[in-house]
Amino acid sequence: MIISEQKNPAEILAAIDGLQRLFLVGCAACATACKAGGEEEVFRLQEWLQEQGREVTGSMIVDEACHILRAARDLRQHRAAVDSAEALLVLACGSGIQSLSANTDLRVIGGLNSLFLGNVRRVGQYEEKCSLCGDCILNETAGICPVTTCAKGLLNGPCGGMEQGRCEADRELDCAWNLIFERLKRQGRKGVFARPVPPKNWGKVRKPGKLNLR
Amino acid sequence: MSLLQQQLAAGSFVVTAEIAPPKGCDVGEALAKAQQLSGVTAINVTDNQGANMRLSPLALAGMLVREGFEPILQLTCRDRNRMALQADLLGAAALGIENLLLLSGDHARFGDHPQARAVFDLDSVQLLQVADGLARGSDMAGKALRGTPRFFAGAAVTPEAEPFELMFQKFDKKIKNGARFFQTQAVFDTYRLKTFMAAARPLGVPVLLGVLLLKSARMARFLNDHIPGVRVPERLIARLEGAADPRAEGVAIARELVAAARAECQGVHLMTLGGEELIPEILG
Repeated sequence: MIISEQKNPAEILAAIDGLQRLFLVGCAACATACKAGGEEEVFRLQEWLQEQGREVTGSMIVDEACHILRAARDLRQHRAAVDSAEALLVLACGSGIQSLSANTDLRVIGGLNSLFLGNVRRVGQYEEKCSLCGDCILNETAGICPVTTCAKGLLNGPCGGMEQGRCEADRELDCAWNLIFERLKRQGRKGVFARPVPPKNWGKVRKPGKLNLR
Repeated sequence: MSLLQQQLAAGSFVVTAEIAPPKGCDVGEALAKAQQLSGVTAINVTDNQGANMRLSPLALAGMLVREGFEPILQLTCRDRNRMALQADLLGAAALGIENLLLLSGDHARFGDHPQARAVFDLDSVQLLQVADGLARGSDMAGKALRGTPRFFAGAAVTPEAEPFELMFQKFDKKIKNGARFFQTQAVFDTYRLKTFMAAARPLGVPVLLGVLLLKSARMARFLNDHIPGVRVPERLIARLEGAADPRAEGVAIARELVAAARAECQGVHLMTLGGEELIPEILG
């Protein structure tokens, strides 16, 4: 899921400067799981905005804010409250924010920063494992992604900064290449070490990405 | 053929040193430093060393050529994508630079621009392949070049890195993909050097031992705490601490390491950090 965190109050205040009436939007999916934009956070934001002397004309939680048509439908269902606001304040990832902004000419203000595509260790503890690079070599790296989990995204082994199997950029972290090496060894395979890995084909990440299965 | 390549091919014991481009465009001091490097075959020009932004190494290396010195251009993958790297490699050739040291580069997190977007479009193994490809007359897209560069490409190795086997496979991979000489990260433990060279020697690629001049016990501790892959043994720190003249003790330690290199390696790469005038003494 998309890991996000709330912008700090000062940033939100700066973003809503000069705006009096706001309609709040949360997301029932990732932003809820991250405790960044669920019902509870929307409710707390509403109280805080009122303390700041703002009027909240209404709020809604979209099932998945990234669902463009669902966001449109939910906006329509709250038309009166939305129309009486000067702006939407959206607690969703950047994708969710844009589903909303695609469906209204009102000003849309994002209240979250999107951080990464995350795996869940346990509730509230998230780890980045995949960068959506479009050219997956996990099959050769014993299921550990060096593009994401090596601080430099190297493809042919560790950098000279590895020490005792720890990462140069953060000694608290395991060197991704050491993990790959150890796991391949346990599997009795050479995997990625059997060949020089050629430069990555970044052309496979289409920007902006689009996939149409219909 | 560069002098570095010739001397290594001839089996001479080779000495290289390094200078860092200035932070600014006044190259006077850097060029003066080059004059001081006596007994040195080639001079590494560092590339935004430690991820600190400085004058382009390509520019300074080009000026060294003009002044009659032989540079080794360091080029890191951190700051350039594959197009910029190839462009700089061709630029180097046009300026008469043949020796290269191709590196991944220190993480931007440690430098003076920690908010920079690190590139790492290629890694050091791939960059070695690319330099090799250019020297064969074509770019990464397979397009023919007008004028083919001549390179003598080297790479770095950290002999003391653990696990040894993992570090060593990368070393081997660099050789298989075009590294024709190595300069090591600073090594202080001659036993570990011997272990490394015993494994490296059969691969037949010259290794220049990285010898870093220690100036004080404090500096040694700083290296241990902050420089990846560098380990100063406690007994050396104790020697520096107990010495009446720590600077002289540092020179003595460097001399011992040079002696070890004469027995084990094909040369030394001296990192004197401002102590360039001590080089003749270090080389003995």
